[in-house]
Amino acid sequence: MPIDNGSIELAGIVKSYDGINRVVDGVNLRIADGSYCCFLGPSGCGKTTILRMIAGHEDPTDGEILVGGQQVVGLAPVDRRTAMMFQSYALFPHLNVRDNIAFALRVRGMSTPERRKAADAMIEKVRLTELADRLPAQLSGGQQQRVALARAAITGPKVLLLDEPLSALDEQLRVQMRQELRRMQRDLGITFIHVTHTQLEAIAIADTVVVMEKGRIKQAGPSRDVYDQPRDRYVAEFLGGQNVLSGRIARIEGDSAMISAEDMRDVIVPLGSRRTLSAGDRVDFAVRRDDVDLTRPEVSAGSLSAKVPSRVRAVEYQGNFVKVILDIVGNDELIAYVPDRVFYRDPLSVGDVVIAGWEKDKTRMLA
Amino acid sequence: MTDQLSEHGGAAALRGSRRRSLAPSTGGRPWTFYILAALFTLYVVGLYGPMVCIYILSFQDVRGGLVFPMRGTSLHWFIDLFTQVRTGDVKGAFSRSIRLAMVVTVITVVISFMSGLAFRKRFAGDSVVFYLMIGSLVAPGLVLGIGVGLICNLLGIETSWYTTALGAQLSWTLPFGVLVMFAVMSRFNNAWEEAARDLGASAWQTIWLVIIPILAPGLVAVALFGFTLSYDEFTRTLLTAGSLNTLPLEIWSMTLNVTSPSLYALGTVTTLISFLIIGICLGTIARIQKRRATGPVAH
Repeated sequence: MPIDNGSIELAGIVKSYDGINRVVDGVNLRIADGSYCCFLGPSGCGKTTILRMIAGHEDPTDGEILVGGQQVVGLAPVDRRTAMMFQSYALFPHLNVRDNIAFALRVRGMSTPERRKAADAMIEKVRLTELADRLPAQLSGGQQQRVALARAAITGPKVLLLDEPLSALDEQLRVQMRQELRRMQRDLGITFIHVTHTQLEAIAIADTVVVMEKGRIKQAGPSRDVYDQPRDRYVAEFLGGQNVLSGRIARIEGDSAMISAEDMRDVIVPLGSRRTLSAGDRVDFAVRRDDVDLTRPEVSAGSLSAKVPSRVRAVEYQGNFVKVILDIVGNDELIAYVPDRVFYRDPLSVGDVVIAGWEKDKTRMLA
Repeated sequence: MTDQLSEHGGAAALRGSRRRSLAPSTGGRPWTFYILAALFTLYVVGLYGPMVCIYILSFQDVRGGLVFPMRGTSLHWFIDLFTQVRTGDVKGAFSRSIRLAMVVTVITVVISFMSGLAFRKRFAGDSVVFYLMIGSLVAPGLVLGIGVGLICNLLGIETSWYTTALGAQLSWTLPFGVLVMFAVMSRFNNAWEEAARDLGASAWQTIWLVIIPILAPGLVAVALFGFTLSYDEFTRTLLTAGSLNTLPLEIWSMTLNVTSPSLYALGTVTTLISFLIIGICLGTIARIQKRRATGPVAH
């Protein structure tokens, strides 16, 4: 039975090259057909290895890979209905754009005029018509990427695997090409799995973000969930935009914990799902940088549940907001993102004493 | 661009020489330029002078001798070379050498190509294989030739130019070919091979449609090495070629018994052949690379 949809299921995937160290260490994941999924993690976290195992360029040491509901371990890449876009695109340097794109059809034995026609149709789709006779070396990075995309897509795969597709491009082009990738994914209506180490890229483009560390999945979910509700310190710090603070639970009051630490007293944090915590436990909690309000000590901080006295260490203007870096609380950095209109009503300068505060329900207990 | 660069460089050199007042400089060049230029000229004269003498002396007329001064000009000794029996079997030796060199070239290219692919990954005994190969490269050729001759004698195998001499020559051309191939492979991106596989190419299709075309200039270079090294191989061939001579052996025997400018004519002819082959190879590489770089460059 041919594979006719691009859903992916990874069940207990383990990969080890030497039998001792596990590059991928028991990964379970389901990716819906036609969705855009990003694997996010630092280099060496095993994300590329997972991609290559789905593609069939490596075999898992243990576990099962299902594409469209069918076990594919041991099958050749071409029988999996997957196609891979390599990190540096791996365009064939001796073939022009048209022949690169038509390569898959050529090895399937399609006649020259037929495959030229098919390739030209695809070339038009990625808007490279004027460049069809150029060699890869004569193209810009963005054009090369479009060729790589077209080359991978011409066989009508159900899953497209992209290994750091934007890393070879400069910043401006990266933003532009990531929109193009998303557009192509919608046009083709197939599953895209995209590996990256850039969190902004992942959350901007993906339906599902999978955060990895040392061969394991730390958190998987919609972009917004992963960014707004990180499960633990690692995810919160990797995704950024969060202050991760730690302290000791002074007491439990209803469904909230009162946390204290050096420079910080009785910060109320909802327990969330961590009902088993009790007084005396050391915990990490997070509060988004843009949820931190700064007030001068002489002004009443109003109803904010947490009030941490601090001092401004640095101020960075970021355009639409101002990044205010405060003196460290305990061992942790405290940063506030203040909208620039708000900030410039009463600009703070380095050395100013401020009260950093936030609403109780803006904090989140981390695992 | 180049002009700008050199102008810039020249200006910088001028500034440098003024600041440090290196020496009297003419036309903006430091005195070291003239010393190095003189050294280079001496080097080139030393390198090509002796050969050029031979070429010139080969064009003497019938009165010609083995030393300067030149006596007349004609192609007499070239005709003499291919018609006179007393000068030896030049035609036969020449055809044997060309055929042998072609066989050596093919074997060298095929095996170097395969080892280039194999050595991309570590495998059991890879360093042993590598050092054995280097060993045959540095072993004195004459000793190696004697060894091959001795073994053949021991085993009762008759030596001939197309069996034992072929083997002895390969012990010289193969390590060279493989080393060149290593350099070529260092610029090969393994992702090309993977991409071909990903797109559904079989192993053979990957080799024919991707690997060989990409490596073509390197393979031509290996072929060039194989051919020229074999074509003028002497020491390893001397005791392994059997009763019929290859061209270098023929030339050597001629130096012992031919005392006419025919010898020089032979030198001229073989050099021309070598240059022709090198020219064809370099031309092929240039054509391959030009084909890959036609059309205006984007951005």
